[in-house]
Amino acid sequence: MLIPHPLLGPRDSSEFSYLGDASLMDRPDGMAPDAAERFHDYVHLRDNPAGIHRELWFHEQGDRSWLVVTRNTVTHEILGAELARDARKGGAA
Amino acid sequence: MWRNPDPQPSYDYVIIGGGGHGLATAYYLANTFKKSRIAVLEKSWLGSGNIGRNTTIIRSNYLLPGNEPFYEFSMKLWEGLEQEFNFNAMVSQRGILNLLHTDAQRDAYRRRGNAMILAGADAELLDRDGVRAMYPWLNFDNARFPIKGGLLQRRAGTARHDGVAWGYARGADRAGVDLIQNCEVTGMRIENGRICGVETSRGYIAAGKVGVAVAGSSGRVMAMAGMRLPIESHVLQAFVSEGLKPVIDGVITFGAGHFYVSQSDKGGLVFGGDIDGYNSYAQRGNLGVVEDVAQGGMALMPMIGRARLLRIWGGIMDMSMDGSPIIDRTRIEGLFLNAGWCYGGFKATPASGYAFAHLLATDTPLESARAYRLDRFARGYPIDEKGMGATPNLH
Amino acid sequence: MTRLSGGLIDRSRSLSFTFDGKSYTGHAGDTLASALLANGVRLMGRSFKYHRPRGVFSAGSEEPNALVELRSGARQEPNTRATVAELFDGLDARSQNRIGSLSFDLMAVNDLFSPFLTAGFYYKTFMWPRAFWEKLYEPAIRRAAGLGSLTHRPDPDGYDAGYLHCDLLVIGGGAAGLAAALTAARTGARVILADEDFRLGGRLLAESNPLEMPAPEWIAGIEAEFASLPNLRVMRRTTVWGAFDHGIYGAVERVSDHLAEPGKRVRQTLWRITARRAILASGATERHIPFANNDRPGIMLAGALRAYANRWAVSPAQRVAIFTSNDDGHRTALDLAAKGVEIAAVIDARTDILSQGSYRTIAGAQVTGSRGRLGLRRIQVTQGGTSEWLDCGALGIAGGWNPNLHLASHHRGRPQWNEAAQAFLAQEGFVPGLTIAGAAAGQGSTARALASGAEAARAALEALGITAGLPDLPQAEDASLNQYPLWHVPGQDRAWVDFQNDVTVKDIKLAHQENMRPVEHLKRWTTLGMATDQGKTSNVTALAVMAELTGQSINQTGTTIFRPPYTPVSLSVLGGGDTGPHFRPRRLTPTHDWATSQGAIFVEVGQWMRAQYFPRVGETHWRQTVDREVLSTRKGVGICDVTTLGKIDVQGGDAGEFLDRVYANAMKSLKVGMVRYGLMLREDGFAWDDGTCARLAETHYVVTTTTANAGTIYRHMEFCRQCLWPELDVQLISTTDAWAQLSVAGPNARKLLERVVDGFDLSNETFPFMACANLTICGGLRARLFRISFSGELAYEIAVPARYGNALMARLIEKGADLGATPYGTEALGVMRIEKGHAAGNELNGQTTAQMLGMGRMVSTKKDSIGAVMSRRDGMVAERRVLVGLQPVDPTDPVVAGSHLFTKGAVQDTANDQGWITSACFSPHVGSAIGLGYLENGAERMGEVITAANPLQKQSVMLRVVSAHFVDPEGVRLRA
Repeated sequence: MLIPHPLLGPRDSSEFSYLGDASLMDRPDGMAPDAAERFHDYVHLRDNPAGIHRELWFHEQGDRSWLVVTRNTVTHEILGAELARDARKGGAA
Repeated sequence: MWRNPDPQPSYDYVIIGGGGHGLATAYYLANTFKKSRIAVLEKSWLGSGNIGRNTTIIRSNYLLPGNEPFYEFSMKLWEGLEQEFNFNAMVSQRGILNLLHTDAQRDAYRRRGNAMILAGADAELLDRDGVRAMYPWLNFDNARFPIKGGLLQRRAGTARHDGVAWGYARGADRAGVDLIQNCEVTGMRIENGRICGVETSRGYIAAGKVGVAVAGSSGRVMAMAGMRLPIESHVLQAFVSEGLKPVIDGVITFGAGHFYVSQSDKGGLVFGGDIDGYNSYAQRGNLGVVEDVAQGGMALMPMIGRARLLRIWGGIMDMSMDGSPIIDRTRIEGLFLNAGWCYGGFKATPASGYAFAHLLATDTPLESARAYRLDRFARGYPIDEKGMGATPNLH
Repeated sequence: MTRLSGGLIDRSRSLSFTFDGKSYTGHAGDTLASALLANGVRLMGRSFKYHRPRGVFSAGSEEPNALVELRSGARQEPNTRATVAELFDGLDARSQNRIGSLSFDLMAVNDLFSPFLTAGFYYKTFMWPRAFWEKLYEPAIRRAAGLGSLTHRPDPDGYDAGYLHCDLLVIGGGAAGLAAALTAARTGARVILADEDFRLGGRLLAESNPLEMPAPEWIAGIEAEFASLPNLRVMRRTTVWGAFDHGIYGAVERVSDHLAEPGKRVRQTLWRITARRAILASGATERHIPFANNDRPGIMLAGALRAYANRWAVSPAQRVAIFTSNDDGHRTALDLAAKGVEIAAVIDARTDILSQGSYRTIAGAQVTGSRGRLGLRRIQVTQGGTSEWLDCGALGIAGGWNPNLHLASHHRGRPQWNEAAQAFLAQEGFVPGLTIAGAAAGQGSTARALASGAEAARAALEALGITAGLPDLPQAEDASLNQYPLWHVPGQDRAWVDFQNDVTVKDIKLAHQENMRPVEHLKRWTTLGMATDQGKTSNVTALAVMAELTGQSINQTGTTIFRPPYTPVSLSVLGGGDTGPHFRPRRLTPTHDWATSQGAIFVEVGQWMRAQYFPRVGETHWRQTVDREVLSTRKGVGICDVTTLGKIDVQGGDAGEFLDRVYANAMKSLKVGMVRYGLMLREDGFAWDDGTCARLAETHYVVTTTTANAGTIYRHMEFCRQCLWPELDVQLISTTDAWAQLSVAGPNARKLLERVVDGFDLSNETFPFMACANLTICGGLRARLFRISFSGELAYEIAVPARYGNALMARLIEKGADLGATPYGTEALGVMRIEKGHAAGNELNGQTTAQMLGMGRMVSTKKDSIGAVMSRRDGMVAERRVLVGLQPVDPTDPVVAGSHLFTKGAVQDTANDQGWITSACFSPHVGSAIGLGYLENGAERMGEVITAANPLQKQSVMLRVVSAHFVDPEGVRLRA
């Protein structure tokens, strides 16, 4: 696969490490009263969609950016990629 | 081999998924637990899931107490399977050898081998010479990661994957189970927290109890019941070479790379490696993993180099958060789940079917499958053989 | 049979070769198959199951029958298709899958048992009695398995892997491919043309007069133009075998398979081609028409017969018949007749067909049988209920053409049956960016192939914003096929569908009877299409027969899908040469050269090679060396390269806050100039990694990780920084390779370091235990010093820029000669950390908790940090196993890691299992073996004698539970 790195252009997926669903950016507050329940959901449960999936890739053999890649899990078509920190700051995550 | 029945309006037990685990569940429900009015709903052809596309290894070489007794139970079922269902699934106990390449690996394998023996399974720890005596043609002299020994389970081996599916299917059919092909479940009817039946491409089917055994499709199917699972679907590629005269007797796994291999009765080298590592429902993988697996194979056994790869295929793996399966009831009454087998569901087929049938028939878990609870993640009792945590692509 | 006239072989160059030990001669340009046919050899192999005599069936890579073992010794290459093996001088091949000689194969007895060996026969037999399967039946079946054999010797040849990029990849160099490449290359676009053959032209080479001018002439002109275009790369002998995601194609170039030996070249190269667009111009494969006993040597595809005559100037027999259901069969008869081959008859299944040449044409007829044990002698022709026998040595079968859609199916798109084309066609978009042209798209005539190739290239480039003009293409034949759907000739005798795997029409009927009707069941039950050709000549025919049986249409019946690779690919080339010692990179520590000069023994630690121990003259066992290194360190001073530990620089105004959230314990409160032990959890609450965290300045921390986790912890910290808390002012960089780090441990460590630091005060008062500083050494070399100890001794770790590591090691040993300075390796390091009770990889195996490590209280409840919440789950709090020390009651007993722990006298089973030994060693300090282990309620069991069971090695010893700190439990030494 080729990942369209927002800064570096298309890069081979072998340069990246994969983490999983972009919801892993939405870490709950560990000091909240319902933290135990929310952390269980955050750490363990996944939508696991057959279709469009926003997911985290780390450009390990490259510029060490974490990217949010939007990819179809049925066709592997990639619809876009952005820097995770931009996605995070934009509140899109 | 079996009938092609039309679906009845209602059943006592509906099993979703006509793969190995679903068919085995129906088989034991009917034959062992003497239940009737059972249907298996398969969206495609029987055995079209991972039972039809795997590397056919059977073994019970697990470490953790939540796993090992279960897999050893499965191994014992394998050992009597063909006589049980009077069908030749070509169960062949030619041994599995997990090679080790570091002292730390030896310590870990020793711990595991001892755990196996303590659970009633067999295990042997080989040193380098012991491995060389078995497989003198492995790369002993020119290796990046020299072979220092291996953990051997002689009772492990392979079985003919399709034969397993067909044997269970035929046995279930003969016991009156309706095996319904080309019947895709499209919805679940749930009222007051209880499942009443399933919508399918062939109409509504009412059910007393519904058991879901759909491996890589678990997320999709359980979403119909409004449930999110501790599972991600990933693609695993598997490989077979052209047919060759016998060169590899048993199953061998490389401990310093992603590669395992056996040779089928038809002569093909059947091998594989790691999952591709990203969520996928595509049933196909990518080139990088192909190269990685071939590198592992060539590094370990350079004598296979002149053989040719014949076919690559991909299956969808229901990778769970701790690498271990789930056989449990759900918060919806009457709805049961059998999932999370990762890339190792084939070897579990008999025990998984038996345990799921036990749960469906008696509402209590089979003793050796007691740890496979859905709430173990919330309660803090993961069964994490590899110690990788909640990262499904690393199990 | 002698050669015919013409052809594209070089008669001036004779090549000698052997087959089954017998010598023959062929010419340059021959394949092994054409050369054997030219020498009158029709029998080339045996079938898989029945060991039926088989001859060449095709003239290309679809060959199911003529498989040989090519070359000998370590280069022996099983299952090589004689039809694509390029002849070279000295070629040596043998037939396969026989016991005895090829003409008298003892296994042919299987054929007599064929009524018992039909499809699926294994499944319903051989189960009883139970022991017989593995003892008797299976060994017999395994011996009979496979075709060719491997030698158990490593492949001696070299391989390579490379990357290529292009705008347009053209797959196939026949009429369509050449037209496509020409069209595209003239625009200046980057084009790759790959063809599996050693000669460009594809089917153009196999026809007599496809173009207005002789085809080789036209091709030569194109090749000359190709050679002048630097933007075009023509890759002959290159098979594109797989279509992967995003325009990535796998290809293998057979660099030197046409040579006796590769010499200095590689044998093959694996190319990963990234193409913005691709055109599949892979042509079509002819299909046959099963009839009774249709598998004899001499019976082959009619188009292959024509190719052998036109390209290789050879016919398998002097008298030949053709069985056809279309116009194409007649072309073969005409071409052969023109070359002087006698045409016994053309048998056309269609009625109202006129003869096209001066030979007999039998219309409305079918071939219904054949004779000839080791090669065809006669065929039975039936017309309107009357049969006759015709003598002939070869029969060409023309049943229509199947587009080669293999690559187009690699993304699992299922081709659809096209009634007009009488063929399966692929839908556009099966593989994004891939279009199909020529015969592969059902455009079978030469004229249509040329035009569709050029148009496909034009359209593909247009999509890339490149305008291409269509080239002038030569006038070409534009014949129609007029295909009549005849899928098999009905009859009682066996009619083969899949030759290699011996699947007959009868087997398909059996599958139908067994309700194995879905195509995938048909395939699996009969093994149809699972041989080395992946059913290229059999799948479509078989499912058409199944469609006939079920009464469904071919489209309803559907088709199995092709999987990569297109043709089988050697495992060696897939490995790309990254084998043996080159399997993975070797990372060397900064002191590697020095250690090598000292005779160190190295050990693989992940990708690193680390010095394991430094044997001295007179030491005969590694234990002697390690004991000496440990004692020297504990008495004097030892030096060890610990560079491999991960090092991460953490800088910024929020560095402390960031580390507070990453580590389970607090780091913000750490004073500048001090170091703290740090424990990291995974988010699921389990212990992940430990190391030290040093605060060099207000906004500058340096943290270390274990060697094994250096990469993953850095990745995780970047995740935390970029994905979780991008608002924090913090930057990270991995400096593992930038700094060489040496541990200097032992009572003389301070004295030794005082000899290299540049006036730095190392006294206990100014630089106490857990202090750190930036400083210079050896007269101005910048360095970092950490007073930390893994061994339990007074110890420091000193870091210098990596390139000075080797020199610093030598300097320290030299300066410390009188202090007993001794290098130690990973073994002594391991012994000393076990003696001190420090956890390492065996204890931090990803399954253990902070509580088990005795560090439960380190997980702060006052702050939120990674893993803190989940570490408080019930099951983890309830965990009772903790790390303890273990010492044998009898000091001569071994302590073995991986043993399981039991209460003395308890039954040893899973239920009573109370823990395990994680690490063990011989301790020169204690004078016996010792171990660390996790034991249930271990903290409350000090002094208790327990059993360590190692049934795997039939050992059981009594151990006493002790503190894990075997050395200096009060920590006096490290604070000295």
